[in-house]
Amino acid sequence: MANKVEAMAGTKPQDPKSSDPSLFDDISSFNFSLKSLKLKTKQQEFLIRVTILCLVYVLAFSTRLFSVLRYESMIHEFDPYFNYRTTLYLTEKGFYEFWNWFDSESWYPLGRIIGGTLYPGLMVTAALIYWGLRFLRFAVHIREVCVLTAPFFASNTTIVAYFFGKEVWDTGAGLVAAAFIAICPGYISRSVAGSYDNEGVAIFALLFTFYLFVKAVNTGSLSWALASAFGYFYMVSAWGGYVFIINLIPLYVLVLLVTGRYSMRLYIAYSCMYVVGMLLAMQIRFVGFQHVQSGEHMAAMGVFFLLQVFYFLNWVKHLLSGTKLFETFLRITVTSAISVGILALGVGSASGYISPWTGRFYSLLDPTYAKDHIPIIASVSEHQPTAWSSFMFDFHILLFLFPAGLYFCFKRLSDGTIFIVMYGLTSMYFAGVMVRLILVATPAVCLISAIAVSATIKNLTSLLRSKSKVHSGSVKGSTSGKASSKASVDQTLPFQRNAAIALLLGAFYLLSRYVIHCTWVTSEAYSSPSIVLAARGAHGNRIIFDDYREAYYWLRQNTPPDAKVMSWWDYGYQITAMGNRTVIVDNNTWNNTHIATVGRAMSSYEDEAYEIMQSLDVDYVLVVFGGVTGYSSDDINKFLWMVRIGGGVFPIIKEPDYLVNGEYRVDKGAAPKMLNCLMYKLCYYRFGELRTEYGKPPGYDRARGVEIGNKDVKLEYLEEAFTTSNWIVRIYKVKPPIIGGEFSNSLSFLPLD
Amino acid sequence: MASCIKLKLDLCILFISIALFTSPVFSDLIISRVDRRIDLTSHIVRITSTIKVENDGSDPVSDFMVTIPDHQAEQLAFLLAYHTEGKGKTKSRGASLPIKSVNPEGMPQPVTSYSVSLPKKLGKGESLTLEVLAAFAHILRPVPEQVSQGDLQLVVFQDSAYLISPYAVKIQTLSVKLPDARIESYTKLENSKAQGSEIKYGPYENRSPFSYTPVVVHFEYNKPFAVAQKLVREIEISHWGNVQITEHYNLVHGGASLKGEFSRLDYQMGPHAKGASAFNRLVAKLPARAHSVYYRDEIGNISTSNLHSDSKKTVLEIEPRYPLFGGWKTFFTFGYGLPLKDYVYEAEGKRFVNISFGSPIDDLVVRELIVKVVLPEGSSDISVSVPFPVEQWQEQNKLSHLDIGGRPVMVLQKVNAVPEHNQLIQVYYKFSSLSLLREPLMLISGFFFLFVACIAYSHADFSISKSSASYLAKLQWEEVLTTIQQIENIINRCLTIHERLEASLRELSRTGNVQGCKTARKVADGLLKDLSKELKLLLVSLQTSPQAAQIFPKVEELVAKERELQEKLITKHSIVVDCYEKKLSGREIENRVAPHQQKITALRQEVDDLLEYIDGI
Repeated sequence: MANKVEAMAGTKPQDPKSSDPSLFDDISSFNFSLKSLKLKTKQQEFLIRVTILCLVYVLAFSTRLFSVLRYESMIHEFDPYFNYRTTLYLTEKGFYEFWNWFDSESWYPLGRIIGGTLYPGLMVTAALIYWGLRFLRFAVHIREVCVLTAPFFASNTTIVAYFFGKEVWDTGAGLVAAAFIAICPGYISRSVAGSYDNEGVAIFALLFTFYLFVKAVNTGSLSWALASAFGYFYMVSAWGGYVFIINLIPLYVLVLLVTGRYSMRLYIAYSCMYVVGMLLAMQIRFVGFQHVQSGEHMAAMGVFFLLQVFYFLNWVKHLLSGTKLFETFLRITVTSAISVGILALGVGSASGYISPWTGRFYSLLDPTYAKDHIPIIASVSEHQPTAWSSFMFDFHILLFLFPAGLYFCFKRLSDGTIFIVMYGLTSMYFAGVMVRLILVATPAVCLISAIAVSATIKNLTSLLRSKSKVHSGSVKGSTSGKASSKASVDQTLPFQRNAAIALLLGAFYLLSRYVIHCTWVTSEAYSSPSIVLAARGAHGNRIIFDDYREAYYWLRQNTPPDAKVMSWWDYGYQITAMGNRTVIVDNNTWNNTHIATVGRAMSSYEDEAYEIMQSLDVDYVLVVFGGVTGYSSDDINKFLWMVRIGGGVFPIIKEPDYLVNGEYRVDKGAAPKMLNCLMYKLCYYRFGELRTEYGKPPGYDRARGVEIGNKDVKLEYLEEAFTTSNWIVRIYKVKPPIIGGEFSNSLSFLPLD
Repeated sequence: MASCIKLKLDLCILFISIALFTSPVFSDLIISRVDRRIDLTSHIVRITSTIKVENDGSDPVSDFMVTIPDHQAEQLAFLLAYHTEGKGKTKSRGASLPIKSVNPEGMPQPVTSYSVSLPKKLGKGESLTLEVLAAFAHILRPVPEQVSQGDLQLVVFQDSAYLISPYAVKIQTLSVKLPDARIESYTKLENSKAQGSEIKYGPYENRSPFSYTPVVVHFEYNKPFAVAQKLVREIEISHWGNVQITEHYNLVHGGASLKGEFSRLDYQMGPHAKGASAFNRLVAKLPARAHSVYYRDEIGNISTSNLHSDSKKTVLEIEPRYPLFGGWKTFFTFGYGLPLKDYVYEAEGKRFVNISFGSPIDDLVVRELIVKVVLPEGSSDISVSVPFPVEQWQEQNKLSHLDIGGRPVMVLQKVNAVPEHNQLIQVYYKFSSLSLLREPLMLISGFFFLFVACIAYSHADFSISKSSASYLAKLQWEEVLTTIQQIENIINRCLTIHERLEASLRELSRTGNVQGCKTARKVADGLLKDLSKELKLLLVSLQTSPQAAQIFPKVEELVAKERELQEKLITKHSIVVDCYEKKLSGREIENRVAPHQQKITALRQEVDDLLEYIDGI
């Protein structure tokens, strides 16, 4: 065990996985050493279980620290910057100020009501941890708390996974599940240190709610049902993905009803959880009355009423003696209930009381919906349908273990296993629709795979043990009767013992491969903060491109404090958080028209764009350009989405104008509108004079591998204010209008929303 | 160069206004020779004057007046005077002389006066050589005030060709040292000439008090014009062995501000031609044993820095995130740790920190320097000793790791700090070594109470209803468990007695002590009987408990098997002893014992299995 302790706690997590299934072996082998400690077998087992859980807890935390070791303790990506900024505000100004915060630094000139448009769970959690640590006199910085929130909650998730596994299967499955989820790349991708996003705490809340609900269904206890309602409340406060819970649980209840597994326990669990959960969820301002009014939540309410009808019918059945009488009553009740339900739904939808499903919800059910109707959702890369490779990347062997686990679950159906099967199947479907929803599927996949691994290994080891008992002459097995009877049946098979050993070794090999894969993926793929880019130089040395922060810091220090910066919405949160300047649009894409206006400005000619920028009071324009470094997710590659989103609101902008025979190009053969639009000019301003690569003509764009078409870019209304050292971010200053000149009166006909 | 001309006009007016005053005679001192050297190679202008003073009157004089025109005095950062003897190589430097700002009657308005106390009273006809060093912080003015990226940065320096002094000056010279030979213009007077990067004025003879002739030098200056608007240095002392220094810089390029666009392309192509006035590198000279150096700002680590260290010093080269052009600002923080024993000493029952005051960065002007010395929690009797005047006060305590009351903070503030202020300061305080133990004790007690709380929690009974069925069942089950535990204990004791019996047999085979063996059996027999009585009682109590219904058969079986084992063992024992008494051969004994032995092993195995099973409940 000592070796394993080191392996798990150290930087080289060798294969903690394989240690867990071998738990049952371990017990027997440690009997001798532990016997001297006068511990009972049960206590020994408990001790080992707690030790393993502690190690898994530490492992889950430490494996997520790769990003801190590779880079630094910093906030990653885009949304986390907003979360960080709001948390900072919360800790500085207190909860009420935060709750009533009107943020004028974003969505200029509209502003944004922060308190009413965010899920405060994450920020409040981080702030509470921060205040708690401060109270205990640990002088930590709020940034450190934010950076480590996600790993901390990932560690907590492993504990929940253990209890969940224990609830639906046994402690062995629980331990394996905890170990699986601790290092599963699908989860790590959203919970490395620095990834301070809602999902970090939400997955914990999701699994916790599910666990508590299953516990409530299994025990029929009101206290567990209440606890799950509070878990649900936390989930609602943390992430919009709570809709998954409020639809999966009714679905599960419905399935239990249909399969005849209705029980008083279920009734208590669901009724309590739904009513209390709903009331609590409505306290979150962003959700509010949506919880009883919007289409996504109607299923839960419907099932709630259905359950009442069901209960009522049972009661009536109990009272009425005649079967015939009851059947008539049943018919009347069911018809009236259904008609009342349909009527209520129809009237509700028609009167607008019940809002229809949102676009995001539709796009989940129909993967092609977003592409046709909501380009702004489709433009986000994490909303794309999932490729097979990313399943393999994120789940590795779990992908194969998942069906095996389903088999085991079906073999031993119970209320708990039905839940886990349904959770697994539905979340797998959603994971296929959207890349980011792999995250939601991960706990289910881990749990189900853990059941497969645990059950297989348990069977194999019990086979080995009973066999050895036979050899020693004692027929009466100390293990469970089931195992010994199995052994006596299997005694006829030849080479059974060897086969079992071979299978066990194979299982351990697979598990160790999984650990290696997970560690590799975590360290190589998921630990990049994406704000700082790293590349390998010609001599294998590490080159860091810190251009984003260079630019944002320049903005922060060298522009007037009230300057308005226009950029594509991707960079909005970062500009407000790091640059501390007002932005026109940001990653909270609540106002499509506003974004479309920016898209229109970017895709117009400079003079037209100038009018739009004047109307929006824009002082600086920021573009991201990867032509020098070969950084491909830059604005030129995102440009077509700007055209599409802009064109969706302003029909003047037409996508074909920017394409040549349906092809998007920036070289000599590009469309004339493309070569002269604002985005092109801002990206390629003076780029034609730069030689980026040896042996290529000047103005060779390395991100797209072409020589640009318009090398002589002249700017009339803007001037270069700053360009970062690798040209990744370019900032332009909008020149003040010439008073009395031809542009001073152009504001009148502007299409402002 | 319109502005330049305007400047000269200003100076002329100044000159005239000075000339209008009738200069009073301050004392009988005269200056027999003064050599002034103005060093313009850095943006911190240093004027060194070597002054030979002579007493022409009859009364001994003890003070010497240094006057500086107001427009310069506002920017005066540092003034030092000392007495020198000898010339050339044999020149020896005396201690620095006390200087105080005075405001004597009758001084012309636009000058500020400082009085230097001479080392000894100067008698009639005696003479003395003084060296006066003055450093000015923001005296170079960029002209023009705005330049575009490709332009060179030109600055203007203005002074008087003659020493402005209340005393008559017999012979004087002035030399101005410039960073390089490119001089835009300079005031040409008689006896003035430019030699390479140096301009020389003089010698001029016999000038009356307050003589003034403006001199303006307009020259190219492309060295880093680094000005820290505000620098906060925090020195935190931990008696666990570390002095942590954190420095927050609000840096600005103080030269001509950038006009028009900044082109990265031009800057990349020729940073010297297109961006000559910008700077992107600063050098901080840290103490040799500095460790854990970091360099960051509000949004994270800044990766462009280098650290070189040797046995003498540690050199930290820092680059801001972007090159600083005129008027551009940046903010950054760097910090490092120093070993405590190099900086904190003990003297006369007090401890004191002995640490450098100013910034470790070369050639940096600090408009407002704040040094905060954070002493360990529990320090008292704090006093500060600084070799130059500073403002000081004690700030609100700083709360750091595991502090209850916070750490006392001494704040020292200095406006216009220059590298000359990098002198050692001492902060004295009283601190008891016992206070060191407080934090570990707090941690230990914290964990202790945590565990106590855990233990209390696991032993406390939190059930709401004490009469509910499940609660009672739980209680009963616990009872059953304890009974089973007791039974197990007894069985285990029996098993040890068995082992003792076996041991006595082995003893017998070795020594042949039949009597000893018999007594051992008797003792064992007695013990076993007692134990079986206890067992019976426990079994009865277990039988009555409804919770034990499932487990009871197994326990019963265990007890029965154990009884059987006992009997067999005793039989075996007596047989062996008998055999020994009859002096049978070893083989014979084995033959007789063999069937019993087999049964004993089998029984023992079963008992063990049962024990394990019951254990697992």
